[in-house]
Amino acid sequence: MSELTLFLVRIAYLAILWIFVLSAISVIRSDMFGARVPTPAGPGKQPKPPKAPAPRRGQPKEVAVVQGVNTGIVADLANAPVLIGRGNDAAIRLDDDYVSTRHARIVSSGGQWYVEDLGSTNGTYIGSQRLTQPVPVGLGSQIRIGKTIVELRK
Amino acid sequence: MATNSALMGFVHRRRRGAELFLLILALLVGVGAYAAVGLGVDGEVPTNLIGYGGWLTLLVVAAHVAVRRVAPYADPVLLPVVAALNGLGLAIIHRLDLARETGLASQQLTWMTLGVVLFIGTLVVLPDHRLLARFTYTSGLAAIALLILPMLPVLGTEINGARIWISVGPFSFQPGEIAKLLLVVTFAGYLVVHRDALALAGRRVLFLDLPRGRDLGPILMMWVVSLGILILQRDLGSSLLFFGLFLVMLYVATERPGWIVVGGLMFFSGAAVAVKIFSHVQNRVDIWLDPFADPSGSGYQLVQALYGFAWGGLIGRGLGEGMPERVPYAESDFILAAIGEELGLTAVMAVLLLYGLVVERALRAALISRDGFGKLVATGLAAVFALQIFVVIGGVTRLIPLTGLTTPFLSYGGSSLVANWVIIAILLRISDQARRPVPDLNEQQDDPDEQQTQIVKVVPS
Repeated sequence: MSELTLFLVRIAYLAILWIFVLSAISVIRSDMFGARVPTPAGPGKQPKPPKAPAPRRGQPKEVAVVQGVNTGIVADLANAPVLIGRGNDAAIRLDDDYVSTRHARIVSSGGQWYVEDLGSTNGTYIGSQRLTQPVPVGLGSQIRIGKTIVELRK
Repeated sequence: MATNSALMGFVHRRRRGAELFLLILALLVGVGAYAAVGLGVDGEVPTNLIGYGGWLTLLVVAAHVAVRRVAPYADPVLLPVVAALNGLGLAIIHRLDLARETGLASQQLTWMTLGVVLFIGTLVVLPDHRLLARFTYTSGLAAIALLILPMLPVLGTEINGARIWISVGPFSFQPGEIAKLLLVVTFAGYLVVHRDALALAGRRVLFLDLPRGRDLGPILMMWVVSLGILILQRDLGSSLLFFGLFLVMLYVATERPGWIVVGGLMFFSGAAVAVKIFSHVQNRVDIWLDPFADPSGSGYQLVQALYGFAWGGLIGRGLGEGMPERVPYAESDFILAAIGEELGLTAVMAVLLLYGLVVERALRAALISRDGFGKLVATGLAAVFALQIFVVIGGVTRLIPLTGLTTPFLSYGGSSLVANWVIIAILLRISDQARRPVPDLNEQQDDPDEQQTQIVKVVPS
């Protein structure tokens, strides 16, 4: 075994070692940037869009103001998340002095509706409980926002 | 909520193909080293290369198929990296065998086989890492029992001044290696429940939130346990490992640097006292400060290792062409010196980088894991790995005083190898759970009354 051959073997082995290290790193790199966010246009997952608008029995369809200055305002839950507040971009615009510009919103997750306080000054209440995190709400739950009460309806 | 749902929509790919590709390269690293050793020592490719390579391939393929079947979303890099390290370690041990006419490599291959079998077994038996949370206190008790076992008169055996082995018949085993895994589970289970009490109560002194006195209980207990290991078993490395592990997990769980300060002070004061009182600790520090004071006596091992690194230089002498057998215990604690001599700094850096990748992937699994217990277990295992590598490689390269610990996956030593394979299996399980897409709950939106009863996968915490 000549000196040169052994030298080449040594260099070749170090090259293999580093090729392995670098390919491991490149797999990590592609793993970081290569994750995909599933799109509704994906080839295998088509049945979702037609299902969503179909109204379900026993599920709320709209949110209505039942007490306060703006009694009678109704917003469709199909445009969720529904923003409630005094601002112009709110889906339910309240003229209540105790309501913040972006007060609370109603969102859907996993087929369940939640009400979430958006850091309002005077708080959002269900019963006597002030909300500190998104809380599930069902049909007829009374959500108190300032001097206004809203609830989910069919 | 919006950011949450965006995160939920982020789906990791399985990357099993990438894992297979990396595994083939890893096999090339392992078998290539074996062939190069044969070429360097005997001048010919070893005759049993086919058999050896075939067995290694079989093990790796078995592990890969198991991952594909039971943990399809697991991290693609971990398994190839440890396979490569294990293969390289086997070749270096084989190289030392040839020089010393011992048969450690074949024993190590047997242990690796057992390790891979347990790796597959762990993945199959443990479909969800949260099952481990049930065994919080059981595993703590088991860990303490395992640590006490070597102290027992008949079972325990003292090898090289450290009483950390037990021998049953012809086998000797280091229970501490299994204990570190059990302790991670215990700490994670304990901290995930109690972290609020540990994090929120306490006083603020200067810039530090110091913990309350009564919360110091667990940290004091851990301090006593690690000091006990240091004094009774004379095992510097393990005591450092356990205490460091506990501190890291405490810090990660509570996010309070106060713990690190308190624990660090406790550790250094304990170490300072130990240096004064115990001669074996004193010896290690003396050797560290001046290995050339007694180069053919107490400092012999370290001096030979340092000469080995220097002789190896940038690209090494070539496998089979150095004299790594001059370093005592080159096959276990000092295997990095053998690599440094025969493959040079280039390979040492590659090995360190591979270890870094293992730790990075473990911390990555902790980051993306969805439950606190999984996060803490993955962080703890990463910390065990990182601490152990730092302690042993720091010791071999004379950065810190030498303490006896094995280099994970490279060193000869059955207990360490088997325990590390199980650790990798648990890490893969956690990353599989973390990377798996969230089951789509929106698919069944019918009336709840019309739905059929479903079996829901719930693991009580």
